[in-house]
Amino acid sequence: MKRQHLTRLPAYLLSIAAAVFILFPFWITFSNALMTEAESAAYPPKLWPTGLHLDNFSGVLAVIPIARFITNSFVVSSLITLGCLVTSCMAAYAFAFLRFPGKKIFFALFLSTMMIPWEVAIIPNYLTVRSWGWLDSYAGLTVPFLATAFGVFLMRQFFLQLPKELLEAARIDGCGHVRIFLRLAVPLSIPGLATLGVYSFLNHWNMYLWPLLVTSSEQMRTVQIGVSMLQFSEMTAWNLVMAGLLLVLLPSLIMLALGLSRLVGGLTAGALKG
Amino acid sequence: MEKTEKSTSLPLKSRIRMDQTATRTSGDPSRTASIGRFREAALAAAFIAPALLLFGIFLFYPLIQSVYLSLHSTNPRGQVANFVGLTNFRNLFKSPGFPNSLMVTFQFILLTVPASLAFALTFAAICRSRIRGMKLFRFIFALPIAVSVSTGSIMWMVLFHPTVGTLNYLLEQLGLTPVQWLTDPHTALLSVSLMTIWMNVGFLFILLLGGMQGIPDELYESAKIDGSGPIRTFWRLTLPLVSPTLFFASVTSIIGAFQAFGQINILTKGGPVNSTNVLVFKLYEDAFVNFRFGVGSAQALVLFAIVLLITIIQFVVVERKVHYQ
Repeated sequence: MKRQHLTRLPAYLLSIAAAVFILFPFWITFSNALMTEAESAAYPPKLWPTGLHLDNFSGVLAVIPIARFITNSFVVSSLITLGCLVTSCMAAYAFAFLRFPGKKIFFALFLSTMMIPWEVAIIPNYLTVRSWGWLDSYAGLTVPFLATAFGVFLMRQFFLQLPKELLEAARIDGCGHVRIFLRLAVPLSIPGLATLGVYSFLNHWNMYLWPLLVTSSEQMRTVQIGVSMLQFSEMTAWNLVMAGLLLVLLPSLIMLALGLSRLVGGLTAGALKG
Repeated sequence: MEKTEKSTSLPLKSRIRMDQTATRTSGDPSRTASIGRFREAALAAAFIAPALLLFGIFLFYPLIQSVYLSLHSTNPRGQVANFVGLTNFRNLFKSPGFPNSLMVTFQFILLTVPASLAFALTFAAICRSRIRGMKLFRFIFALPIAVSVSTGSIMWMVLFHPTVGTLNYLLEQLGLTPVQWLTDPHTALLSVSLMTIWMNVGFLFILLLGGMQGIPDELYESAKIDGSGPIRTFWRLTLPLVSPTLFFASVTSIIGAFQAFGQINILTKGGPVNSTNVLVFKLYEDAFVNFRFGVGSAQALVLFAIVLLITIIQFVVVERKVHYQ
């Protein structure tokens, strides 16, 4: 018993050191968000706020339309996530259960899209979206991202793990593929959908370069672009900046807390066995 | 026994049923079967069409369009002015800017990828060891995945700040000289890398932990019985068995490092004296600040070629050494 404690001591020390490294920037953000302007600009820097100055939050909301940015990001991420789930499930079902000519070639084609970094396509995509008049619109922000090869592989993996007997039985009962897809495959793959959903939502919530290119009006800015406005606007009151950051962080943190166990293991499944 | 019997009998049953329906409908089973196969193919086409269409418009077409653009000079509106052949590529390698960007990008990869992987691997090994409070640590280590590149950059901007920054204050407390984190050309890339490592750790940790949880407990039990200590177990058991995931993680993080943009744009804008001017930032400046889409496309293609090469090398060389169960 005693020996076990001894061997675990280094593990604890290591975890605590690691946790400090990870948490420190969060703590600075959090504590600054609750400070007065004078406190946040003081030298030496303060690690604790003297009180809870919650008016920072209303202060930053008055300067920058963060609510609007958050709404935009929410709409964009949700649309993309929903679209991704639909296109991924459909394609995954075809690759998992349907027989069709050229299946291997199409599968290789889908696989090859994973090797094209998005940045390579960004200039032509910008020109395309501009020529369609989609700059500064939800369409321009979402449509290019509605399908991902990663999602297809992840969902295919889940479909292949479904019990074969069940699908066989459905076929015997005269179920067509469309019904099997809608009534069996998709509902039984909720864990997979959740993994892909959380991953896709977080990923697109955090998108930076594309929204920077295709939005120009304040009305259409997403949170990530809006947040950098905090620091470029005249006020460099760090307490307000940090209060803004905290507001932006909150949705993703909640999402992570709810979906963490889905992400662990789920991502590995799609990444390796696909 | 019963179970296997059931599952083997199922296809037979279905075959009988199919034959029955086939004879009932047309009397020529082979014709019905071919109609059925055609319908299945049509359904498959409909099912993969949306994804395929999107890939076509937003990935495959742009790739071809990039080649076309890179061989032309363009006007600021993005229209092709005239054919210039390989001039764009030649100019890229003749001018000092692009080779510098390549160098900076490689340095950035060396600074971020091994460190991120090492941290993530350690964190995952800690969480695998099931110490008390593991759930809390797991949440803490995963936290950076919730931080976007812009949020993270601004968080670190405060830490790096020359006067109110906490990092310099801590250095002073330790009796060290303060560092001009983002404004000194010698340290700027290092500072950006530090922030990037912090940001990457969340995702890599989740990935590697997932891989480690796939290792059966019995293996750990028998290692323990054989008297293997935690460090030996890590090197001899965990590392080889997690190597497929580690392999995937290293490929994704190298490719991810090639794509770094947000932290550069917010923290340094490529400066000071181009010491942090990575490939994608340069591409962005050329294409979307100076509106030289031809030159930008040429750079995009070089980026594509490098990423492709790395992917191929990794798959060929590393895959042979990676241990698959």
